[in-house]
Amino acid sequence: MTLFLQIALDGLLNGMIYALVAAGLSLIWGVMDVINFAHGEFLMVAMYVSYWIGFIMHVSPLFSWVASGVFVFILGALTYRLIIKHTIGKSAMSALLATFGLSMLLKNICLNRFSPNFRILHDSILGGKTFLLGDIIFPVPQLITGLFALGMIFILYYLMKRTRLGWAIQATAMDKEAAELMGIRTEWIYTLVFGLGGACVGVAGGLMPSYLAVHPEVGGLFSLLAFVCVAMGGFGSIPGALLASLLIGLVEAFSGFYIAPVFKYVAVFGLYLVVVFVRPKGLFGW
Amino acid sequence: MRNKGRTALFLLFLGILAALPLVPDLITSGFTYHVLILILLYASMAQSWNIIGGYCGQVSFGHSVFFGIGAYGAGMAVVKYGLLPWPGILLGALAAALVAMIISYPCFKLSGHYFAIATFAIVEIFNRLFMVWDWIGGALGLDYGLTDEGWLTFVWYDSKRYYFYGALILLAIVFGVVRWIEEHRLGYYLRAVREGQEAAESLGVNSTMVKLVAMGISAFLAALCGAFYAQYNFRVDPPMVMSLDMSMKFVLITILGGCGFFWGPLLGAAILIPLQEYSRIWLGGTGGGVDLIIFGLLIVLVVVKQPTGVMGILYGIARRFTKSREPRIAEDADDSGEVK
Repeated sequence: MTLFLQIALDGLLNGMIYALVAAGLSLIWGVMDVINFAHGEFLMVAMYVSYWIGFIMHVSPLFSWVASGVFVFILGALTYRLIIKHTIGKSAMSALLATFGLSMLLKNICLNRFSPNFRILHDSILGGKTFLLGDIIFPVPQLITGLFALGMIFILYYLMKRTRLGWAIQATAMDKEAAELMGIRTEWIYTLVFGLGGACVGVAGGLMPSYLAVHPEVGGLFSLLAFVCVAMGGFGSIPGALLASLLIGLVEAFSGFYIAPVFKYVAVFGLYLVVVFVRPKGLFGW
Repeated sequence: MRNKGRTALFLLFLGILAALPLVPDLITSGFTYHVLILILLYASMAQSWNIIGGYCGQVSFGHSVFFGIGAYGAGMAVVKYGLLPWPGILLGALAAALVAMIISYPCFKLSGHYFAIATFAIVEIFNRLFMVWDWIGGALGLDYGLTDEGWLTFVWYDSKRYYFYGALILLAIVFGVVRWIEEHRLGYYLRAVREGQEAAESLGVNSTMVKLVAMGISAFLAALCGAFYAQYNFRVDPPMVMSLDMSMKFVLITILGGCGFFWGPLLGAAILIPLQEYSRIWLGGTGGGVDLIIFGLLIVLVVVKQPTGVMGILYGIARRFTKSREPRIAEDADDSGEVK
């Protein structure tokens, strides 16, 4: 039983982080109908920002997530201004392919600058700490990151549902031209949404170097998992993305333990296929 | 008349390519052959994708699975059973077509991004399964032993010239099939489904059937390319043939050249492959990733600036020069619809 709970906990903690990565993607997808293929690379960039701040200035990721968040916010906003803006209204796949090019660009710039070495912060405040509750081991860095992720998602959800800005974003998502006629500056909304989507992944990535090694390829798997979470949750639905991410975290942990580690992603992607075959628009889609 | 002209142009083009190695001092190094072979191979791959992605408008990112099954067909026949590659190639291609039709049937119910992500998921699933499947060599892959050279074993060690002819035959088969589809009823069905599935169905086109047949043909041809790739590299392993990067190459080359155009994939390959290979030679050694940085930048620029690809640019130029023959050009340009 202890083992079962321990695996469930690990799965949920991973799921919370996937959720924050996926929430950013979901926001962009929901508002602009764009899949950001470079999302995982945004995460990688955020991890490098946090890593270098920690390495040079000895600031723990517990604080440097602010810097990563801001950095990736700017990166996201620039991506929209320079790339995505020009693909809107063209074929549906052009944004995906353009961001694929961007992901290649970011990945190889980091490879070129920082070498393919795995880097991990050793002197962070949280690094390597655990505590026991009953017989279950709680890894502190993952727990803090997971709780941060949940907090961010609630803030994002609140922002979307309860503030004027959120209503403006929703209006833009529903009908861009009508929103423009109502006086909403849709270009700014789009830039902001892309920045916010980036900031989510920036915060997640900022916290991660205290327990996960940074390397140029780290983003690839996260972006695939985030795609799956978002599509499984349903078009642009943040609660859907959260639920799907937790589910995927659990499936990953349990199948990795009870079947075989190599099959965990087979199980995860298989689950996605089963879900969309039954509900072609995802769990919370319409 | 026009159709006959186009077929004649295609045959003429093949003839010119076949004559290239006969010109003295034109292709001197093995590397030039290598680049030419890769251009022909990737053009064939992209053309096989073009059937489903360009003409039919179903953007699949799963083609590396079919490519990989073809490669494993050849590899298994040679390495595991010590046979000639041909029965393996045929079986592999048939298996790829079958797998494609089985997995595509439920996927075609999905639309837009859901379809794209489902195909990503399928690539990942196949990649991981092939990694742990011991019967086909697992993560180590299959390595070719030394065998006799020649057309029968489809292996040459000294000269790349025969691989060049092999790739040319591959190109002729794939492009020939697509040429035939373009003229045939199926081609019109495909374009009808792309332009509007409901409208096509209301006119009596069985869109699911059309898409499945197109997917089957496309996967069969992609598997042939995969078999050639295995024979050319003397080895197969899962990350080499079944990865998202490989899938992306099918898509990118076609998009760069011109999606849904007959000559698009060849143009795309003729631009992208030399760029990739020569930048790898010149810059690849200078400290990692410079070639891929340029490659990524180019993809972004092309997609942002010219989503109809090189063929779009060419049609734009053609339109400017032949104002008087406007109707004919317009009819041609009908083929140019972007992927919806």
